[in-house]
Amino acid sequence: MNARITLATAARILRQLRGDHRTVALMILVPVVLLGLLAWIYADLPGDVFNRIGPALLGVFPFVVMFIVTSIATLRERTSGTLERLLTTPLGKGDLMVGYALAFGSMAFLQAVVATGFAVWVCGLEIAGPLGLLVVVALFDALLGTALGLLASGFARTEFQAVQFMPAFVLPQFLLCGLLVPRELLPPALEAISDVLPLSYAVDAMKDVTVQTDPLSDVLPSLGVIALWIVLSLALGSLTLRRRTP
Amino acid sequence: MTNISPDNSIVVEHLRVVRGDREVLPDLSVTVPRGQVIGLLGPSGGGKSTLMRAVVGVQVIAGGTVSVLGEEAGSPALRQRVGYLTQAPSVYGDLTVRDNVRYFGRVIGVGGDAADRAIEAVALTDHAEALVENLSGGQWSRANLACTLVGDPEVLVLDEPTVGLDPVLRRDLWDLFRRLAGDGRTVLVSSHVMDEAVRCDRLLLLREGVILSDSTLPELLERTGTTDAEQAFLALIDEAAARDGGAAA
Repeated sequence: MNARITLATAARILRQLRGDHRTVALMILVPVVLLGLLAWIYADLPGDVFNRIGPALLGVFPFVVMFIVTSIATLRERTSGTLERLLTTPLGKGDLMVGYALAFGSMAFLQAVVATGFAVWVCGLEIAGPLGLLVVVALFDALLGTALGLLASGFARTEFQAVQFMPAFVLPQFLLCGLLVPRELLPPALEAISDVLPLSYAVDAMKDVTVQTDPLSDVLPSLGVIALWIVLSLALGSLTLRRRTP
Repeated sequence: MTNISPDNSIVVEHLRVVRGDREVLPDLSVTVPRGQVIGLLGPSGGGKSTLMRAVVGVQVIAGGTVSVLGEEAGSPALRQRVGYLTQAPSVYGDLTVRDNVRYFGRVIGVGGDAADRAIEAVALTDHAEALVENLSGGQWSRANLACTLVGDPEVLVLDEPTVGLDPVLRRDLWDLFRRLAGDGRTVLVSSHVMDEAVRCDRLLLLREGVILSDSTLPELLERTGTTDAEQAFLALIDEAAARDGGAAA
């Protein structure tokens, strides 16, 4: 790895994004619109449902969006030949992986700040803990999406396949993350699976920040599990980048 | 191992490459001297691209050795010294020419002035700020070439760099290749346009994974009793086909 190459790669990816105004607008606006819609749906109903699921969704959006964007972008690198060219240069696999994580991580940070601000100040989401911590959790979720997206792109040959990986990688985690049914009420086998999946910890961490005034001691272990998944996915993903191909 | 001398930049010995269930290169040995333009010619599907991929070290090989500048092909020490141009343009369509060349330059460790020189070398200075995806096919492939030239590599492996270009641009690029060789660079160029053979110092004719000829153009013409490269190659290919047919019968 080499800092110059990593930063040049991150800058190049951001430059590509900057030229694509529609993608940037979708990344920032779609979570805002969905959060607004959700708040509106539950506006006249009792039970304070938006306050219960709103924070969890703040964790899910960056994960899903970054997963899609990263898996498609890296698949393009593979199919356009730019990846093969880059791998004949001094660029290391880590430079590429971390370059993507930096570039999309900074987009995710922007997305998280806008979505959190909108949820709290426009939709009236009540957060007991520090708002900054909410953004940190969202950033971890985004990096998780980026890392899993990089991994998934290694198994896709076409963009059609890459798009299909989104429901395959994301929906099971979404169903088991405790948003629909609290995790402790799941059948034991499913609860065990949900204890392993990273999105469960993302949603747990978001909930902790929402209801506790000093959630750090509960949030840190969750962030640790997510970080472990990020490192594991990046390591596995780098195995799918081969300098020599048949 | 007498082949590995400072005068040789590429040494291939008993290279065997299998892709899928097809043996693309059964047993290929060739030596490429430093400071020359080497034309790699022959029918498509004959193994030209596979040999080039082996030289830059992106091809999984089943046997033999490929060394470049005294190092094993694809080794980290070579990644700054060998430039590779793929047949299909591999640049970012959603970036400008300048941003593409600068990025590949930064990866190799050269600055913006080197990028500007590479863009000038392929005559794209007027289009430097255009998005690559808005360029014509010929401009796109020249942008691709600029990204290979930017690091001023000692060995250039160029897979069909002149395909789809008009005669003026082709001549200019061949002048560029000759200048690079004059400066001591080794340029391995594949082509299926036989009239480009006259611009090469040495010609390799590859057919079905076998080198039919490795010589200069005058030597080749003398051996085949022909007057131009195209006739010479057709003569050699017919000769080889007759031999194959004879062996099969």
